[in-house]
Amino acid sequence: MANEAVKFVWEGAIPLQIHLHKSEVASHPAPPPALVLAPRIGYLPLLVSLIKPYFKDSLPPGEDSIWFDYKGFPLKWYIPTGVLFDLLCAEPERPWNLTIHFRGYPSNILIPCEGEDSVKWNFVNSLKEAAYIINGNCKNVMNMSQSDQEDLWTSVMNGDLDAYTRLSPKLKMGTIEDEFSRKTSLSSPQSRQGGAEMDVAGQVKTARIPVRLYVRSINQDFENLEDTPEIDTWDEISYLNRPVEFLREEGKCFTLRDAVESLLPEYIGDRAQTSEEEGEKRTKDGSEEKDGSPMTGEIKLVRIQGIEMKLETPFSWVVNNLMNPEFYLHISVLVRTPQR
Amino acid sequence: MDPISDGRLTLEGFSVAARAFADKWKRHNQSFPPWSWVPLINRTLLVSNKQEEGYLSLEKIFILSSLEESPEEESLDVTPDFLDKEESIDHTILVQNVENEAHYYDFHIVYSASYGVPVLYFRGYCSDGKPLSLDVIKKDLPSSSVSLLLESKWTFITQEEHPYLNRPWFKLHPCGTEEWIKLLSQRSSSGGCQMPVELYLVSWFSVVGQVVGLRITLEMLN
Repeated sequence: MANEAVKFVWEGAIPLQIHLHKSEVASHPAPPPALVLAPRIGYLPLLVSLIKPYFKDSLPPGEDSIWFDYKGFPLKWYIPTGVLFDLLCAEPERPWNLTIHFRGYPSNILIPCEGEDSVKWNFVNSLKEAAYIINGNCKNVMNMSQSDQEDLWTSVMNGDLDAYTRLSPKLKMGTIEDEFSRKTSLSSPQSRQGGAEMDVAGQVKTARIPVRLYVRSINQDFENLEDTPEIDTWDEISYLNRPVEFLREEGKCFTLRDAVESLLPEYIGDRAQTSEEEGEKRTKDGSEEKDGSPMTGEIKLVRIQGIEMKLETPFSWVVNNLMNPEFYLHISVLVRTPQR
Repeated sequence: MDPISDGRLTLEGFSVAARAFADKWKRHNQSFPPWSWVPLINRTLLVSNKQEEGYLSLEKIFILSSLEESPEEESLDVTPDFLDKEESIDHTILVQNVENEAHYYDFHIVYSASYGVPVLYFRGYCSDGKPLSLDVIKKDLPSSSVSLLLESKWTFITQEEHPYLNRPWFKLHPCGTEEWIKLLSQRSSSGGCQMPVELYLVSWFSVVGQVVGLRITLEMLN
């Protein structure tokens, strides 16, 4: 049985208003934009069969090689649509205005896409990587029957949570489920704080969580999210594909803050450290730190599945409820880089 | 640093192994340029406090496919094995391109935190910078590696994003690396299955390098 938060994630969708790029308009008048609802856990190429009918009579002759951009910024098709939206629209824009291109694929920037097959391959590949992180091998994914794998993929494509809930246990990614859901189910937030388990030897237990972190850095200060500058290239976004070591210590709750800190140590509050080699003094809010040590940047926003997250949220809840169907948790972070 | 017994490296272990590998390469493979260590401090405005983070890079390697076999012979031997019938129709055109153009390759050895192993990323391009497709690259590979890619379901080339450069590169998929490194370390030391960290990348590259036509000398394994 899937819980309510997971249902919300699966039903989450972004209204898109899709324009045909003006260089590809071969009809008069130009076609009106297409309106489609894009599932958060889905991928842009999967929408092509819905979008193409709107534009097929307007296209110049030639072969299709479809890609999307947002304000001229090419969108990576292998990132779930909801993550792209969270990352690129600090202030959510509804409908989200995207441009579709049927020609001129930017193959120096984007990995080639052969439609649904590529997207499925990307999904299974991520699933394997997640299994390797969680279980230490990807045998359960490799050994899944072709028809089960096909059905699992279809459930994701169709947003069919019931089918997914029936099939995904065959992947036996049990560690996460057992370790976390048991705790969340029998404990209130208070008891969870003190309820961390120790194993027999009294050691701290760890689990590895598949996380993809997207960090957008902005080097000027801004008050409101709508004032964030536009993105010009993917080089303004750092991507960390690195497992989070989930630590259980007695009397401590491992929070989202702990997880983000383990990936971005230089950005979290007073425990932050910067490279000694840098030797530069950084200032935060215009003031130097007491001991004159280098100052840090600042996390302005952490967003997962469209939710602006409180960093105190227990990480086990975040993982169990907000991960994508390939068992990866995608976290979008907006940071202000240190002033120099 | 503790020897490797489970086939995996830590991030710190990778840094140690990478430097040891680059040193040995410089000493024993003088016909090639050296590998250089690219540190990841301050990439895209982020400040990394992990000074050991980085990757190894060997760039602008000129590969002549005719060194292995003559192009005609290679195309006869290799084509039916890995190309579909439809694809082999353009084959003659592609071979002509291979003969006429100089091909350059960049190789990066990057640590994968998910798999706990090194991953070989590479890209090929013409002298004008135009990237090579996988079909063209496969014709540049030694014929032995084509059979290796066919025989082992764990060794295959995929096109994915370079984790640090934000661009599509090719890579040898790492999901089987841990397993064959375990086998390799059992074979090399009689009885035990331990491998000094310093030798990890050398052993790893003795297999992976062959796939892309880069061989290491035997002295490097000592």
